[in-house]
Amino acid sequence: MGAQLRVYRQKIKSAQTMKKITRAMELISASRIQKARARVSASTPYSQSITRAVSAVATYSNVAHVLTTEPEKIERAAVVIFTSDRGLAGAFSSQVLREAESLSELLRSQGKDVVYFLVGRKAVAYFGFRRRASERVWTGGTDQPQFEIAREISESLLETFLRDAEDGGVDEIHVVFNRFVSMVTQVPQVVRLLPLEVVEGVEEPGDGQVLPLYEFEPDVETVLDALLPVYIESRVFNAMLQSAAAEHAARQKAMQSAADNADKLITTFTRLSNNARQTEITSQISEIVGGADALSSAKN
Amino acid sequence: MAGAPLTVSVVSADQEVWSGEATMVVARTVEGQIGILPGHEPLLAILASGEVRLTLPGGEKIVAQAEDGFLSVANNQVTIVARKAGLV
Repeated sequence: MGAQLRVYRQKIKSAQTMKKITRAMELISASRIQKARARVSASTPYSQSITRAVSAVATYSNVAHVLTTEPEKIERAAVVIFTSDRGLAGAFSSQVLREAESLSELLRSQGKDVVYFLVGRKAVAYFGFRRRASERVWTGGTDQPQFEIAREISESLLETFLRDAEDGGVDEIHVVFNRFVSMVTQVPQVVRLLPLEVVEGVEEPGDGQVLPLYEFEPDVETVLDALLPVYIESRVFNAMLQSAAAEHAARQKAMQSAADNADKLITTFTRLSNNARQTEITSQISEIVGGADALSSAKN
Repeated sequence: MAGAPLTVSVVSADQEVWSGEATMVVARTVEGQIGILPGHEPLLAILASGEVRLTLPGGEKIVAQAEDGFLSVANNQVTIVARKAGLV
């Protein structure tokens, strides 16, 4: 067998193996994405109820809360980046990181210091490679987020937010995550988490409905105190769930195109190897014919 | 107004635990026990960790466990929101 032919056969073999792997990963993601989307929609009633309650408090009381008041001067801002733990998901992690970089650029141009909170091994690796500092990291389980992690993240964010700027506290918190739009589109999104802008999300009452005048128990301040951390928690959890669904979708798409590319490669290399084989056969035939010719002319 | 039953939903962080109609909701807030009947004034209360008892229109009773959550009542809609909630 010719050397060229052997090389082509090896390449076909490796493309076939690759295709098997990517196909399997695609199928796994395809099955997980359904579960991830179901979790997003299962958590919607919770975040909706919380949002409704928060906007109710915000509308019917003029209580100033430390989490909702805009600080006079913002010296330091925190950016929370939600990436995945594993790669092979196309531009999933890199597009979030790119978005976070441009956000940091913007914040720095406004004269703010930027500190980072990282979620997912990819972000940690990105920062580690560039030897950049981060405040806290969480890794593991980005494809199946647990509520406990969301709670931990929001607690740590709140703690940092409530600290004074001199002690390393921040005055502003942004989150960057991939929002699941559809199976084919995931958009990196930047949301300012703190200080809260709850007034924006106030629900308009429907026709014929009267805005309820709430009674608060024990009182407005206490309710707000208890409600706002929960609200942040649910926002963080929602970001994690969205990011997980987007990760699976991105991986499925990436793996699908990888499998398609492997298919294309296999076809190309099969053509080339057929060509090489035919060339070999042709040259062998011409050698035989030439040899026979030489023999018969030698006899004469 | 008191004729229509309450629409209740019990929601935890990762799912809707229960939703349906009830004639009475009894819960424990940080200030003490509260009973809610149809036509209750709008209310937003912090729940003390404990159980929430729902009486269904048929007279059946359901008990839900709700840890550090909220109770909101508006227009005969009762929402019990808790990080962790479950039926007992």
